Amino acid sequence: MESKFEVSKLNLHYGQFHALKDVSLSILPHEVTALIGPSGCGKSTFLKTLNRMNDLEEGVTIDGKVTLDGRDIFRDMDAISLRQRVGMVFQQPNPFPKSIYENVAYGPKLQGIRSKVKLDEIVENALKGAAIWDEVKDRLKKNAMGLSGGQQQRLCIARALAAGPDVLLMDEPTSALDPISTSKIEDLCAQLKKDYTIVMVTHNMQQAARISDKTAFFLLGEVVEYGDTDQMFSMPKDKRTEDYITGRFG
Amino acid sequence: METNKKAKQIDRIMTAVFVTVAGFFLLLLAGIALLVIGRGIAGFEPYMLSFSRKGIGNQLFNTIYLVFLSLLVSVPLGIATGVYLAEYAKPGKLTNFLGICIETLSSLPSIVVGLFGYLVFIVMVGAKWNLASGALAVSILNLPLIATTTKDAMLSMPKGYRMGSMGLGATHWQTIKRVLLPACMPRILTGIILAAGRVFGEAAALLYTAGMSTDINWNNWDLTSPTCPLNPFRPGETLALHIWASRTEAIGADSVQIANFSSAVLLILVFAFSIGARVLGRRMERKIGGK
Repeated sequence: MESKFEVSKLNLHYGQFHALKDVSLSILPHEVTALIGPSGCGKSTFLKTLNRMNDLEEGVTIDGKVTLDGRDIFRDMDAISLRQRVGMVFQQPNPFPKSIYENVAYGPKLQGIRSKVKLDEIVENALKGAAIWDEVKDRLKKNAMGLSGGQQQRLCIARALAAGPDVLLMDEPTSALDPISTSKIEDLCAQLKKDYTIVMVTHNMQQAARISDKTAFFLLGEVVEYGDTDQMFSMPKDKRTEDYITGRFG
Repeated sequence: METNKKAKQIDRIMTAVFVTVAGFFLLLLAGIALLVIGRGIAGFEPYMLSFSRKGIGNQLFNTIYLVFLSLLVSVPLGIATGVYLAEYAKPGKLTNFLGICIETLSSLPSIVVGLFGYLVFIVMVGAKWNLASGALAVSILNLPLIATTTKDAMLSMPKGYRMGSMGLGATHWQTIKRVLLPACMPRILTGIILAAGRVFGEAAALLYTAGMSTDINWNNWDLTSPTCPLNPFRPGETLALHIWASRTEAIGADSVQIANFSSAVLLILVFAFSIGARVLGRRMERKIGGK
C-alpha cells in the first residue's frame, strides 16, 4: 500500500533543544496510527510537524523530509493548503465563540464557499460524520460554548471534517473528557478511518491498543519502536517498549 | 482552635471594612448625583430645553455629535493599534517604547492636548474653531484607552482559538478578523464606553479647538454652510464647556440656573449612554458565551 505520510530523517530543534531525532516512519492511509510515550518525548511535536503547526512557534528549526502523497510538505506545499488537507483536533475542545453552524462552516468559508445551499450541505455532512448531528440539528444557531465538553470535541472533529481534509491529526483528543464521551470519540475514529487517515497522540495505552492499527513509541525524541499495534502490545521487540507498556516507567 | 477563632474574627472585621468602604462611596456617588440633578431641576424653565440662543439644545446636540465624530477617529485607529501591539509587534525595545508612549499619551493633561490641538488643527491648518478639530484633540486622549483595551483583550484570548483557526488553514489576518476580534468585541466595547464617557465631560481640550460659540440654523442642511448642524467644520460649544462658560463668563441673570440644568442633563446623558452600552455589551457577551 502506498503510504500517506512518508517521514525520513526528521530532526527538530527548539532553540538548542533537540526535540526529534532522526525520526523516520511511514503512515498508511485508512489506518489509525497511535503515537505513545511519556510526557516530553516528542510525540505531540511530531504530530504538529505533520501539518506544520510548529511553524507558528518561535525558534523551531526542522530538517529532514516529510511527504504527503509523495509531495514534500516543506518545499512543495504552503502551510495553508497543507492544513486544509491535514485537519487537527486538539487536547482541549476549542470551539470558537460562535454558533454551532458557524463553527463548522468556518473552514469552507475560508476556502471561499459562499453558497448557502452548499454550506448547509457541508455542515450537515460534517456533523453527521462526527456523530453529533442528531444532538445539535435543532440548535445549529445556538452558541457552541453551550455544549458539553464531549459534544464540543465532536463539534471540533466536525469542524475539521468540513474543511475537507484527508488526514486527521488528534492530539490527546479524549484526555479532557469523561469515559462516555471518550468511548464515543473512539467509536467515531473506527468509523472515520474508512474515509480518512488518522494519527493520534494518546497518553492512554489501552486506548492505543483498542483503536489503533499501528503504534509508534517515542522516547526522548526518538522512535524506539514502530509497528502493528497487536504485535507491539503482545510482543514488543525493544526492552524499553516493554518497560513502558507494562507500566514500569512513564 | 484559638488561631481558627482569631482568623474568623479578622475575616468578619475585614468583611465589615469592605462593605463600609463600598457603602461610603455608593452614598457619595448617589449624593453627588442627587445634588446635581436636584439643583438642575429646581432652576428649570422650559426655554432651557429649546434649541435657541438661550436654551441648551444646541449644546446637547454638539456634545453628542462631537462624541460621535471623535469615536469615528479613535475607534478604528485604537483597535488597529491594539491589534498591532498584540498580534504583530515583535517583543523588544521598540515595542516597549511604543507602549510607554501610549501610556504617556493617556495621562497627558487635557489642557496640553487642547493647546496642541489648537496649534496643529487650528493655527497650522489656518482654520477657525471647529468641531472636527475638537474631535481630533479628544481622540488623542481616548485613543490610548481603546488601544490598550483591545490589546489586553486580544492577549487574553485562549490559545485554542488561534490554534483552531490556523489549524483549519486560516491565515493570521483571517484568524484575527473572523475569530479573535469578534470574541474580543464585548471587552473592546467597554473600552469605547469609557473613552466616550471621557469625551462627554471633556472641557479643557475643547476650549481652543471646538470653540465656545454655537450658531446653528436647524433649517439649513447644506453641509458646507457654517450654520448647518451637521457641518463638522463649524464651531460647536459642548455642554461641559457651556457649564464652564455659564459659571465664569456669562452675565445673564439666569446663567447659574442654566449651568445647573446643563450639569444635570450632562450627568443623565452619560448615565444613559453607559447603561445603553452596557446592555449592548451584555447581550453580545451572552451571544458569545452561549448562555
